[in-house]
Amino acid sequence: MIHLRHKLMRESFELDVDVEVPNTGITGVFGESGSGKTTLLRCIAGLEQEDGLPVHKRNVGYVFQDPTLFPHLTVRGNIEYGARRATTHRVDSAPVVDMLGIGSLLDRRPDSLSGGEAQRVAIAAALLRSPDIVLMDEPLASLDRRRKDELLPYFDRLHDELAVPVIYVSHDIDEISRLCDHLILLEDGKVSACGDLFDVVSRVDVPMLSGQNAGVVLWATPVSHEDGLTRFDFGDGEIWAPGEFAVGRKPMRLRVAASDVSIARERPAQTTIQNVIRATIEAVHGVNAATALVRLGIGNQDLLAQVTNRSVRRLGLVPGDRVFAQVKSVTVRH
Amino acid sequence: MWLSLQLATFTTAILILIGTPIAWWLSQTRVRWKPAVQAVVAMPIVLPPTVLGFYLLILLGPDGAIGSWWVQLTGNALTFSFTGLVIASCVYSLPFAVQPIQNAFESLPRQYMERARTLGASRLDAFFSVVVPLSVRGFVSGIVLSFAHTLGEFGVVLMVGGNIPGETRVVSIAIYDHVESLNYAAAHRMSVVLIGFAFVVLATMFVLNRRWGDR
Repeated sequence: MIHLRHKLMRESFELDVDVEVPNTGITGVFGESGSGKTTLLRCIAGLEQEDGLPVHKRNVGYVFQDPTLFPHLTVRGNIEYGARRATTHRVDSAPVVDMLGIGSLLDRRPDSLSGGEAQRVAIAAALLRSPDIVLMDEPLASLDRRRKDELLPYFDRLHDELAVPVIYVSHDIDEISRLCDHLILLEDGKVSACGDLFDVVSRVDVPMLSGQNAGVVLWATPVSHEDGLTRFDFGDGEIWAPGEFAVGRKPMRLRVAASDVSIARERPAQTTIQNVIRATIEAVHGVNAATALVRLGIGNQDLLAQVTNRSVRRLGLVPGDRVFAQVKSVTVRH
Repeated sequence: MWLSLQLATFTTAILILIGTPIAWWLSQTRVRWKPAVQAVVAMPIVLPPTVLGFYLLILLGPDGAIGSWWVQLTGNALTFSFTGLVIASCVYSLPFAVQPIQNAFESLPRQYMERARTLGASRLDAFFSVVVPLSVRGFVSGIVLSFAHTLGEFGVVLMVGGNIPGETRVVSIAIYDHVESLNYAAAHRMSVVLIGFAFVVLATMFVLNRRWGDR
């Protein structure tokens, strides 16, 4: 475990974090802007206070939101900058260059790169420093949708192939759900929840996760294809998602937002919705005067449905009821 | 003429050495008395050279704070010597070295330094491997301006250095002498060379700046 303990007082802001994160995998730090996510990363790197261990001795890899490469060096010079100053050499250049697909860019100048390419180079530079921990500050936030989609597969590879722990800051719950294994929720400079991603992300007692960010991440196995869709098995149910994913035993992550799930007492006869799943109501949480989140058990996994309190009353939904969950859309981690 | 080039070269070299740390400090510091330091550095721009020369003469003279110490150390006086001229020129041209370099440092995004530091570079390492190469334009401006400015100075030289052939008789003084003695031909020769020099140096600087600006 890595113990993060940081306290910082600013005029209008106080950061007070004392939390342990696993020393493997990607730990997401999720919070709204102004919650202190970036400040936390800067504290870990030593960029915020000048007392304590100097920045260059902390052995962290830092990926900034804007990919600021050194304009006077080539791509090669940029990724070698950290490698030449590394005290331990645990990471070889060739596999990293290969993993991030920057082999053909090595002799280019940074100002001739696209935002996505520059960010990949910046990540390579941070990794080749052989850091003990990699800190990523919203590395996708400065990119447009298309560049983001282009870059996300590289992050999937990082997630699968990287041995070094990563702390990944983001305000995008989809990004976090796709990439992270653990999750820290930061609100007003304080940790409001932390733990395994699958557990934390479906919590309904945290205000930040009960509104538009409400939803679950399912662990589902792709089993077959039909009509351009893939069937995934999870819990004791099945779910269809657009796209043909490699069928195998390896489970994948599906994110289902609570706002995409509705509840019916009886199996809907004629509907365009593909996914109608038998479920048991486990709990009903009132969120505000109008809406509620209903937790639906499907075998050993859960779905969350965002419904109105009026519907809850009209259908008389109580824990233990057998119902049908209608899922309108699913995001699959490619 | 040769003496002038020597003086300008020495002065510029010393100014880059002491001006760079001053410029860096000024570009990074947030202390309240920063404007006071800036004003002191910039004062030679607005002060009449005679005022500056007068106080330098006193300071560097055999009874002055620096001059007496120098006499004890070397046995020679600083005033009316080449060494004294170099010191006086450094004071006189300091703002012309510090300001362009400081501007270059200030226009550099903070993130370059921070990125270098997280990639394992110490402050000094980051300064030389990132800050300096990215501030080349500021350094070129600082070098050109302090060199040219030292070459053209007159008042301070006259006050501190006097007019000793081979020791303190720089080209601007020589021109003055020629004009005084109505030797216009000699004055023209030297003046035209200086005008040509100033034009070539400044034009080269602007061309370089434009080329680097495009990159």
